[in-house]
Amino acid sequence: MVATAIEVHGLEKSYRDLHVLRGVDFDVARGSIFALLGSNGAGKTTVIRILSTLLKTDAGTATVNGFDVATHAPDVRESISLTGQFAAVDEILTGRENLVLVARLRHLKDTGRIADELLERFALTDAGGRRVSNYSGGMRRRLDIAMSLIGSPPVIFLDEPTTGLDPEARIEVWRAIRELAAGGTTVLLTTQYLDEAEHLADRIAILHEGRIIVNGTLAELKKLLPPAKVEYVEKQPTLEDVFFAIVGGGK
Amino acid sequence: MTAHFIGDTGTLLGRSLRHVSRSLDTIVTTAIMPIAFMLLFVYVFGGAIDTGSDSYVAYLLPGILIMTIASGVTYTAYRLFLDLRSGILERFQSMPIARSAVLWAHVLTSLVANLISLVVVVGVALVMGFRSGAGVLAWLAVLGSLLLFTLALTWLAVIPGLTAKSVDGASAFAYPLILLPFVSSAFVPTGTMPGPVRAFAEHQPVTSIVNTIRDLFMQQPVGNDIWIALAWCVGTLVVAYVVATGAYRRKIS
Ligand SMILES: Nc1ncnc2c1ncn2[C@@H]1O[C@H](COP(=O)(O)OP(=O)(O)O)[C@@H](O)[C@H]1O
Ligand SMILES: [Mg+2]
Repeated sequence: MVATAIEVHGLEKSYRDLHVLRGVDFDVARGSIFALLGSNGAGKTTVIRILSTLLKTDAGTATVNGFDVATHAPDVRESISLTGQFAAVDEILTGRENLVLVARLRHLKDTGRIADELLERFALTDAGGRRVSNYSGGMRRRLDIAMSLIGSPPVIFLDEPTTGLDPEARIEVWRAIRELAAGGTTVLLTTQYLDEAEHLADRIAILHEGRIIVNGTLAELKKLLPPAKVEYVEKQPTLEDVFFAIVGGGK
Repeated sequence: MTAHFIGDTGTLLGRSLRHVSRSLDTIVTTAIMPIAFMLLFVYVFGGAIDTGSDSYVAYLLPGILIMTIASGVTYTAYRLFLDLRSGILERFQSMPIARSAVLWAHVLTSLVANLISLVVVVGVALVMGFRSGAGVLAWLAVLGSLLLFTLALTWLAVIPGLTAKSVDGASAFAYPLILLPFVSSAFVPTGTMPGPVRAFAEHQPVTSIVNTIRDLFMQQPVGNDIWIALAWCVGTLVVAYVVATGAYRRKIS
């Protein structure tokens, strides 16, 4: 087993004239939670799509679980699970049927038991027999994440996992993500919410104008602020302060 | 990966058949328009149309079946479009499955759903007095032709399903196909049509397929039409398959 679960070097991607990624570099340590932070349109989803073999890069390399995404896509797919930015669930099937479907497609045995355990774990047991089209946004997202855990892949990508969730559902998703990392899973999540990165991540990278402009632990990021400012604020600076100080956005 | 092709296709086929069985209205909708045309032509226009055959229902049925298939395959485009838009297709593609299983599951679902619609339409035709003395072999030939035609049109439907920008766009491709039987030998003999229309009608695919099925029903020798029909179906199938799988690769890579 290699120590780094994800390695990204010089990743570039354009959509026609739009140069979205201009040389993205970062590594993610095995078993850690890594937050890719960036405003809307920064290219977070593009990075995730490349890492989950859904999109080809224009330049640069990326390996996931030791496998090159360009040359060993099937091995990468064996190693990962993707929870996309928008819940990708089958509306016509029931929650339980969705879980069984994914378990079958992962070629697992005992798919019914796997489904029931996940329904229980994500507080969906009562809703399990109902069609997903009747689910609330939070329930859909929980099911979506539950579907990603099937087969316990070593690396999980979560693209804005809590966008659009109410605070309660958000906390619940956070809890699930922490549990995953505690179990040794590597989690790469993207978020626009600074406090989400602050609460969850072991390391935070800020994607801005096509590059990673900062990459470090929360403590390291906080040190980036000029000390003069620290003297005048009563509280510790939040990640939000750091973010806007670096990317130059106005508060 | 490809070792899982059959298993994955089976799993995904089960999924989309559930979609079909939970929206049986799609099968009813598929069958309703052709049945309406059958009623209209048999009971309203039929008396005024001289086809030279004893039973106008029997004359009409092959064209009606073609129409049923043309409207049935729109649901394949529709379901594929929804899979793409809902993101579930991306989820499947990021999983360790045989990638072509997703398309094949939709195509096989189309065969099953259309077969049910066809049975419904033939059932109505029987009630309306359709009778055929065709033997088992002739019926099998009819079934085979219809399935081949369905397969060709389904792969054609995959293309807008993958490339359309809207739900309407995904199903709009079928309107010309549904109307094609009107300018063919399906409802009236082509001999009564004016020159250019007749030339078109006699050389478009529906006529050869309709003539073949009609001859099989009426226990007539099928003649050259069956080869022309086969050539059209296989030709369409091959071209549509190549274009559709090309569009799929572009979509998922
Ligand atoms: N398929 C696409 N075609 C053209 N432009 C795209 C496509 N996907 C994303 N973009 C553009 O690329 C930029 C980055 O998108 P994305 O990676 O989704 O950002 P984020 O997830 O950080 O919000 C955006 O400006 C978006 O409009
Ligand atoms: Mg995004």
